Amino acid sequence: MPLQTAYYPDYFAVDDILATQDRIPCTFLQDAVKLGKLNPAEEQADLKAGTNIELPLWLVADITTTRQPVVAPSLPKMYKEGNREILKADPCAVDLHKLSTHFYELGLYVKQFDPRESVAEILLQTFTLRLRFVMDLSDNTVSNPSVMQKLDRLERSVFKSGHDAKMKLVSWLKVSEMPLEAASMVVNHKKRKRVDDDLF
Amino acid sequence: MFGEKAYLLIKELDRNRDSLPPYNTELLSEIHNEVKQLVTENQEDANVSEQSRLVENVSYVPTLKIRHAAIKRNIRCILAYHYNRLKCLKTIRWQFGSILPPEVKANLSQAEIDFFSKYSSSLMQYMRGIGDDGGVNLAVNLKPPKSLYIEVRCVVDYGQLELTDGSALLLKKNSRHHLPRTECEELIRQGVLEHVV
Repeated sequence: MPLQTAYYPDYFAVDDILATQDRIPCTFLQDAVKLGKLNPAEEQADLKAGTNIELPLWLVADITTTRQPVVAPSLPKMYKEGNREILKADPCAVDLHKLSTHFYELGLYVKQFDPRESVAEILLQTFTLRLRFVMDLSDNTVSNPSVMQKLDRLERSVFKSGHDAKMKLVSWLKVSEMPLEAASMVVNHKKRKRVDDDLF
Repeated sequence: MFGEKAYLLIKELDRNRDSLPPYNTELLSEIHNEVKQLVTENQEDANVSEQSRLVENVSYVPTLKIRHAAIKRNIRCILAYHYNRLKCLKTIRWQFGSILPPEVKANLSQAEIDFFSKYSSSLMQYMRGIGDDGGVNLAVNLKPPKSLYIEVRCVVDYGQLELTDGSALLLKKNSRHHLPRTECEELIRQGVLEHVV
């Protein structure tokens, strides 16, 4: 199903919802009464100011942008100085998927927690340098699954559309007549059905 | 943690990008209960908030904010779940035609089935309304035709097919036919016939 890809994530964008579930380390600035269960390390009724815990991004984004922020967020490990140096040295060698499945989308959100704006810079630089690598992958019709695993979600979708376009071009060059095909969902549906029939 | 169940719901949607998983009534009602509980807790605490701030110097505001964020998140996930399912259902209408395969139908909720039939009839009405002579079927001729007749192979035992000129032929599995393109395009889309190039 052609779901919304996350470039301009709307309210219903699945990718955006998944990306905002990632956890961000933060420190509580105010006491949060009755919410001790948010901190699994301690069993207290209330959350005291100064507690350090990891909260999902959707929560953090909602309670820090108000006039009296409840928590102070800090950068997740993969966007910190040490990792930025690695990304700067050779972005193509890094296993982005291991760092975060939504490296860029998450980065777009956390860049506001970084006053010096070096996160925004590193995101752009990483993407531009890796794009060539992704394009190269999608142009070579023999795809290597182990290299694929190093791509994050956004890069995978770029890879997939690049690969599809390439395949279409190749088939068009071979036979200029476009064969009529069954609709993609119908094909998938049949595949599933075959499995079901085997079971019963 | 708040919103975990809603996350599961969206993850399920993400795993099945090109098909519709069964409508998850159970998980939805659990999320529904979570939201309800958060709302009642917030109401109770908001009522005592003013008093406790003056007397015990305890502010409930951060708690209320956190719970409210959780409510908003849960609602967003539920809406996104339904919206994306409907979008998928619309694609199904274009690809499978107006009759739902029973396996797909079994995965839908009653409201979704109603939506499908309404969407389907509006679409038909629109397509009938284009032009002067009986309308245009927008679901065919997706690719430019090169010839009037094409060679097709039958993939399943379909049965009798009556052509527009009145003649009938039997579509048996693995039989080959030379048919007018317009007659068989829809059957190819539905996976009954296969175009032989």
